[in-house]
Amino acid sequence: MTWQTANFFLALFLSPLLLSVISRTKAFFGGRKGPPLLQPYYDLIKLLRKGAVYSRTTTWIFRAAPSIELASILAALSVTPLLGVPALLSFSGDLVFLAYSLGLARFFFVTAALDTGSAFEGMGASREVQFSSLAEVVLIVGLAAVAAMVQSFSLSDICRQAWAGGAVNGGPATLILVSLALLAVLLAENARIPVDDPTTHLELTMIHEVMILDHCGVDLAFIEYASALKFWIFGSLLVSVSLPFRSDNPGLEILAGLFGLFLVSALVGVMESSMARLKLVKVPQLLVASGVLSFLALFNVLR
Amino acid sequence: MSLIMISLAVLFSGAFLSAAGRRTGLSKAGPFMAVLGSALAFAASIFCFINGDSSDLALSWPMPLGSFHIGMDPLSSLFVLLISLVGALAAVYGRGYMGPDTGDGKVAMSWCWYSLLVASMLLVVTARDGFLFLASWEAMSLTSFFLVMHHHEKDDVARAGWIYLVATHLGTAFLLAMFLLLGKGGDMDFARLSASGNTAQFIFAAALVGFGVKAGFTPLHVWLPEAHPAAPSHVSALMSGVMIKTGIYGILRVMTFLGEPASWWGWALVSVGVVSGLSGVLFALAQHDLKRLLAYHSVENIGIIALGLGIGILGISSGNQALAALGLCGGLLHVINHGLFKSLLFMGAGSVLHATGSREIDGMGGLLKRMPVTGATFLVGAAAISALPPLNGFVSEFLIYAAGFTGMSQGTAVWGGLAAVAGLALIGGLAAACFTKAFGIVFLGEPRSAVAAKAHESPRLMLWPMIAIAVLCAAIGPLAFLAVGLVAPAASQAAKGAISMEAISGLPELSANISLLALVMLGLAAVFLFLRARLLKNRSVRQCLTWDCGYAAPTPRMQYTASSFAHPTVSMFGAVLRTGTHLSPPEGLFPANASIETHTDDVFVIMGFKPLVRLVSRVAGVFRRLQQGRTNLYILYIVIAILIMLFWNLM
Repeated sequence: MTWQTANFFLALFLSPLLLSVISRTKAFFGGRKGPPLLQPYYDLIKLLRKGAVYSRTTTWIFRAAPSIELASILAALSVTPLLGVPALLSFSGDLVFLAYSLGLARFFFVTAALDTGSAFEGMGASREVQFSSLAEVVLIVGLAAVAAMVQSFSLSDICRQAWAGGAVNGGPATLILVSLALLAVLLAENARIPVDDPTTHLELTMIHEVMILDHCGVDLAFIEYASALKFWIFGSLLVSVSLPFRSDNPGLEILAGLFGLFLVSALVGVMESSMARLKLVKVPQLLVASGVLSFLALFNVLR
Repeated sequence: MSLIMISLAVLFSGAFLSAAGRRTGLSKAGPFMAVLGSALAFAASIFCFINGDSSDLALSWPMPLGSFHIGMDPLSSLFVLLISLVGALAAVYGRGYMGPDTGDGKVAMSWCWYSLLVASMLLVVTARDGFLFLASWEAMSLTSFFLVMHHHEKDDVARAGWIYLVATHLGTAFLLAMFLLLGKGGDMDFARLSASGNTAQFIFAAALVGFGVKAGFTPLHVWLPEAHPAAPSHVSALMSGVMIKTGIYGILRVMTFLGEPASWWGWALVSVGVVSGLSGVLFALAQHDLKRLLAYHSVENIGIIALGLGIGILGISSGNQALAALGLCGGLLHVINHGLFKSLLFMGAGSVLHATGSREIDGMGGLLKRMPVTGATFLVGAAAISALPPLNGFVSEFLIYAAGFTGMSQGTAVWGGLAAVAGLALIGGLAAACFTKAFGIVFLGEPRSAVAAKAHESPRLMLWPMIAIAVLCAAIGPLAFLAVGLVAPAASQAAKGAISMEAISGLPELSANISLLALVMLGLAAVFLFLRARLLKNRSVRQCLTWDCGYAAPTPRMQYTASSFAHPTVSMFGAVLRTGTHLSPPEGLFPANASIETHTDDVFVIMGFKPLVRLVSRVAGVFRRLQQGRTNLYILYIVIAILIMLFWNLM
């Protein structure tokens, strides 16, 4: 079994654990004990055992969307590396494929939300497309900066060579700027504070949670699992760009990567516990600011 | 070659039959002849592609200028492929949409214009003589004008038609100037046209403006959102999918006359591409008329095509073959892809118009249940135009991204590459926002008006072309390497040998991974759908109302509308869009009717063309003093002119 396959299967098995690390960190800040570490897995199993209730307004799109979303997130996961360990599939241009597979998942997410004919879900869908149109630019330009730095167009090459001395132009400053931008994108795309609150259930204030209001059972299990995988994907990208550890032993790199991912989850937990959500009109400002950081990183490399 | 002549003959005779046979009933053959002629042209282009060689045919004709010289080479045959495919499918769709001929022969006449339009487009892309090119260009503009004016009894259609006529002739004026500069001594045969130095720069600039009007580059696009919605839907599909691409063909063909491209040509196309793409998608987001939204998306996609071609030209001018290959192939493949999915989307909009009688998005809803095939094919078109894998739009945008990255990392076209990557990223995100809005509000949810609640599925003649194009869009994704191979000969011909065979042959490998992953995604989706079905098999699956927070009387009007869905995104770009809002709020303790209405006029019209036209009218108004409609004054002018000429001759 190669290390790439190990990377992929580790993501499949351990991604819900990242979400429980966030919950535990928040519980620690709240002086509580928090749910068990395996709680997300118990939730997924519980959901997979349930029947389903569908709204009469919905069509086949609502029933098929969660499966399509999970398929596209898995396709995106197959090109995601971790530190120096390459992804399951790597080819020139896979970073565009990653961004657009996530876009496909988002397209069906939003379409399923509009399928219910609910004002709440329409609200979430409208905000989702607004923020993600900005976040996608930040992601692509940030990754383009690192790609231009190592003169390669493949994510696995980029992540391996970013800190391994493969940089042709630019230097650590570029990587720091891109890490900050990727952190903002991670928070925006995974519905974390300060962009969205994953624990509120007031329909008027949610973005991602409100779009899955009418899903239940097996569909909701697919969606929750896909969200965990998406967090892993963005976390891997962030860790690979920001952690300066590379070694010739892929096993050591995987361990370091896992440690980095838990650190990222803990960091997200700390951020969720210490600040409140931004006003919705300020979220584009956050995303544009991180876009400026991406562009600065790119200019730094290209000059 | 002979196939093309036969197809042209069929199309011309079909046009003649439609026009002349109105009383005898022979005009019923009009649509069939159009389909047959287009199919023959399609076969011709396939043969030309398989044989891989160019052919030529020159006949003399009784006109005093030029000759009937047509030819098929890889660039021409690529465009013939697109024109004939969409021409045939749109004709089938149109027969279902327009129905049989009404008593006044209007529909039969429209088939005459349709066949002539397809024939003139075929002549435009196969012409090898400047006069033939200009004659067919003019024929294309006039026949499409007559088709746009089909419902000329409506004021807005008439207005749109006149705007289109003026715009296309302004473009043709630049083309005339360009051909005058190119042709030396009255010989306009393409084999002998060439220019270099400063003349070449002027010629390219004239080509950019002249063909840019037809293609729809910003700010010359202002006729597109007027003309395309006004035309009948099969004509909109043909115009938006195919006719605007003849502008792209023109630019590429003129480039083959001009020798080594200067780098400012690439820069001009890249800037035009980014500006068109962004302004097209932003204005599309703000529209609530379905066909107008699609027309603005055509502007956006022409921008993406120009972006790809511009990067390709930057690659040629800097000698970077990989860049040139990627950019040109990406741009040309997007020509084909956009031709396919834009036609599909316009056909879907036509179905919706046919079923509900309205183009207003905010009055629709829930149409997927009543029009399942239209909805499903519109979904495929919407996903394809948002460049989502595993469909065809992703392949061409992937190539343009690859071109951008190559430019950035190899240092040859650094800022062009940056513009391409950042521009495409923003355009892609906004396009996905716009099409989730268009598909979601029109086809999903509950009907927002009575007409939407009574919609019916379209007749089969309208459905089969949509299904065919949707299948093609879905097939080109996994078959990306074949599609790239299809456009590679045309790209290398447009670059006039500046791209070597290795650069071209590397492309199918690049896209093979995309094909593989497309298949993997489809397979995974199937697996999960099967898993879900198995898990839910013996469990309770109930139906109930959508969660409404316990509200007692939910109505469909509580759903999000298109304007409200797009509002957050549109307000971010308010400085460009300048959306006007008319609000009459509810007042008092027992409010009567309240209303809010938003509209977004094209900023290029308001700030650019309207003031320009006003200035021209004012200047022209000065000359009204000379023409007062009094015959005595005119006779006085004639007398003065004769006296002046007499004295001139005497001196």
